[in-house]
Amino acid sequence: MAGITIEKIEKTFGATPVLREVSLKIADGEFLTLLGPSGCGKSTLLRILAGLEVQTAGSVAIGDRVVDGVRPKRRDVAMVFQSYALYPHMTVQDNMSVPLRMRRLTAWQRLPLLGRFLPGTKATAAEIERDVIRTAKALGIGHLLARKPGQLSGGQRQRVAVGRAMVRQPAVFLMDEPLSNLDAKLRVQMRAEIKELHNRLGVTFVYVTHDQSEAMTMSDRVAVMLDGELLQVAPPQEIYADPDDRRVAEFIGSPKINMLEAKLRDAALADAAGTSFTVAADAGPGTALTVGIRPEAFHLVETGGPNVLTGAVRLVEHMGSDLFVHLNVPGTEHPVVARLLAERAPQIELGQTLHLGVRPERLLIFAADGKRLRPQGHAGAKVLPIKERMQ
Amino acid sequence: MSTSATHGLGSPAAITRHAILLITGALILIPFVWMVSLSIKPPGEIFHASFSFWPKQFYGIENYTKALTEAPLPRYMLNGVFVCTMIVAAQVLVCAPAAYALAKLEFPGKNLLFAMVLIALILPHEVLSLPLFILGYQIGVLNTYAALVFPYVVSPFGIFLFRQFFKTIPDDVIHAARLDGLSELAIVWRIMVPMALPAIIAFGIFSVVGHWNSLFWPLIAVRDQNLMPPPLGIMAFKNEEAGNDYGPLMAASTIVVAPLIIAFLSAQRWFVEGLTGGAVK
Repeated sequence: MAGITIEKIEKTFGATPVLREVSLKIADGEFLTLLGPSGCGKSTLLRILAGLEVQTAGSVAIGDRVVDGVRPKRRDVAMVFQSYALYPHMTVQDNMSVPLRMRRLTAWQRLPLLGRFLPGTKATAAEIERDVIRTAKALGIGHLLARKPGQLSGGQRQRVAVGRAMVRQPAVFLMDEPLSNLDAKLRVQMRAEIKELHNRLGVTFVYVTHDQSEAMTMSDRVAVMLDGELLQVAPPQEIYADPDDRRVAEFIGSPKINMLEAKLRDAALADAAGTSFTVAADAGPGTALTVGIRPEAFHLVETGGPNVLTGAVRLVEHMGSDLFVHLNVPGTEHPVVARLLAERAPQIELGQTLHLGVRPERLLIFAADGKRLRPQGHAGAKVLPIKERMQ
Repeated sequence: MSTSATHGLGSPAAITRHAILLITGALILIPFVWMVSLSIKPPGEIFHASFSFWPKQFYGIENYTKALTEAPLPRYMLNGVFVCTMIVAAQVLVCAPAAYALAKLEFPGKNLLFAMVLIALILPHEVLSLPLFILGYQIGVLNTYAALVFPYVVSPFGIFLFRQFFKTIPDDVIHAARLDGLSELAIVWRIMVPMALPAIIAFGIFSVVGHWNSLFWPLIAVRDQNLMPPPLGIMAFKNEEAGNDYGPLMAASTIVVAPLIIAFLSAQRWFVEGLTGGAVK
């Protein structure tokens, strides 16, 4: 049982900075996801936690113990790798026994042939076998113990990798994109299983992924990383609805958030895309801003006006329950995407002019440097009930 | 084999290709066939003008008995087995950790060290024989088994081959092993070496064949007949016992070569896999 404290971790490879002053506190028993595109440094941070890589500066503590310079073995962490990293020449049972053998048997007892006859070896070995079998059964791989990794499917290998990490009951689980080698269906299933595993074990999980749906569905908190920087750490809902940074808003959400370049007219109004938006910004007239609007924040209105975008329908995508409407709005670089109820489909034709309204409190305003501008007295974003959203 | 199955045998290119392969194969095989043939012929037939593989009078038993009894051939063979085993064991013991360090660890001077391995790979062993002889004399191991083994303990070829193979093993496996609690040496012996077994067997075959057949260094290093490996023994045998008695000489040669051929044929699958494994994987 242990939380993790990461303080001002920096890492450079040669002259290239990979992590810049990353600080993060992970609570005991929390499921935290490091989310970011490939190359953002999230895997490097995870390997630093595991002790597989040494940070250039900063410090890591697991529980109350600072673990800088402590060997991976002594950190009480277990890791599941993207490639599973099973030992191909060993059976599943041997694979899962390795961490226990290394911890519970002495070097003499591990000697081939001779070790078997030393006092205590037999009892400990039987205990290890019992633990391995129990863990394997819990993961539904009890019948695979005699096989080698080469004879297993991707999902089974994944379970063996989880089992190898689980069997020694570490204080912290580190997972490096464990699901990205699985097919889509299995991924959804394993996602739920890992989440259940976390609930059952109650230990700290640090989970690295580039897949936002994994991050959103599994985590207690999501830490969004970009270019070696931690942009925001918050519960999934908040990351989505109340992003701190333009890059976070753009990374999370599918389809992507609509970003409109705007100019402040006065303290309460900004002009963008041929209309004006009600904003509350502490800046002088003429200041450049970005207005972000989530696709589902739009609702259809009859006529144009303030807080209403007007454009011609360019593309309609049916998603079953939803409808993604791409609109060409004059004065915008990219088409504006709106998510509407599927019942609207018959009314919408290509080329038709639509008016899309948005409530001022659903606008996300970003300054030119990408930082979020929040209205005074803002107490976090409002997450509207689903009925209201889909008008 | 598989080429003929996929491309067909009919085309002129395929015929040419097979003709070249057959001729090359024949050129390599003829001396061996001749050796076997001579080893079963009586002295009178050996210098006969016409060549036939099978002798008119089968003299094999006499030749082979003579080869095995007149000189201590079994002794030479045992020497060869002992020396080759020691060499291979020592080479794997030294090369695997060295190759692991060069393939997977980061330390200053790593590239320089690897460059030195490559340079050592280029040097023919004969160039070193005089310094090695003096070294052997200084440490006083000349004319012992140790003299036959020590120059080969560090094999640049082995380090190079293992390094290339270890490089194909993903880093994640090593990371997992470190987290599981294996020390660096345990990673070499319990993870890397078992995973690289095809390469190690291929290297073992190379090494055994090379040292079983080696004549030059044993000729320098030992004078005691009881220590001589097979080729040197045969040479001694030719000079002292057999003179121009080619039948028993050829019989001895056949006996010496046979274990290698048997070993190679039985390990052939590993051999091919080991040399191509890194590329295909």
